[in-house]
Amino acid sequence: MSAAKPRIRVPEKAKVGEVIEIKTLVQHVMETGNRKTADGKVVPRNIINTFTAKYNGVEFFRADVLPGISANPYLAFFMKVPGPGEFEFTWVDDAGVKIDQKVPLAVG
Amino acid sequence: MEVEVIGRRTFLIGAGASLAVAAFLADLPALAQEPVRSIDEALKKVLGDATPTESGITLEIPEIAENGNTVPFTLSVDSPMTDASYVKVLHVFAPGNPQVGVASYTFTPTSGKAAVSSRMRLARTQDIIAVAALSDGKFLIGKRNVKVTIGGCGG
Repeated sequence: MSAAKPRIRVPEKAKVGEVIEIKTLVQHVMETGNRKTADGKVVPRNIINTFTAKYNGVEFFRADVLPGISANPYLAFFMKVPGPGEFEFTWVDDAGVKIDQKVPLAVG
Repeated sequence: MEVEVIGRRTFLIGAGASLAVAAFLADLPALAQEPVRSIDEALKKVLGDATPTESGITLEIPEIAENGNTVPFTLSVDSPMTDASYVKVLHVFAPGNPQVGVASYTFTPTSGKAAVSSRMRLARTQDIIAVAALSDGKFLIGKRNVKVTIGGCGG
C-alpha cells in the first residue's frame, strides 16, 4: 500500500446524539487475484480486506471486504455522537500493510 | 522449413517456471480464504436454516452501470438502531461475479443508522443481493437488478 494519506471527511462540529456521516477514501489497487499478466501468470490478490472505525477506542463500525470492492475504495457510514472524542480509522491489506488515522471530533 | 529445437537449457528453465507457478497456485486458496462461487452456498453460510423476510432493505444502485469497474451503491436498512433492536451485519452479494461475496458491514447501536455507501465491481448484468442480520436473530433480504455495459473483474 502506498503511503498516500487517506481522505476523511467528518462534520466540523456535531451535537451529542446527532447522527453524522463519515466519508473515507484511500488509494489502493485492490488487486482481485483474478487477473493474469500477458505471459499468463496470475497477479496475486492484494486488497484492503478490513476497515475499522473506532471512537474513543470503541469499535462502532467495520467492513470486511472481498475483491468485489473497486480500486481506491470509498466508504461512507454513520455514527450517533456519544460525546466529545476522537476517531481512529484503520485499513489493513493482504500484504499486512496498515494505515491508521486519528481524527478529532468537535462536539458542542 | 525451420524446425524449432527446444534445447536442454530452455526446457529446464520452462520446467522450473512451471514448478514455481504450480507452487504459487497451491498457495492461492489460503490467500483468498476459499472464495465462495455460488450464491446458494453464500446465503446458506449467512442464514443457516433461517428464512429471511423480503423487506426493510433499500439498495440504491444505478439501473444501468456503464463501467463495471466502479459501480456506486448505497445500502440502508430500516432499523431503530437501539441497544434493543439493531442491525448487526449487512452482507452484499454479486452472484454474477467470480466471487459472490462483495463485503460485510458490521454495525453497532452507536452507528446510529444502518447505512453504508461504497463502490463495487460487477462482471456482468445481475441481481445484487443484500442480507441483514438483525440483533433479534432474524434476517432481511433485498435485491436489485443492475445492467452492466462493460464488465469489471479483469481476467
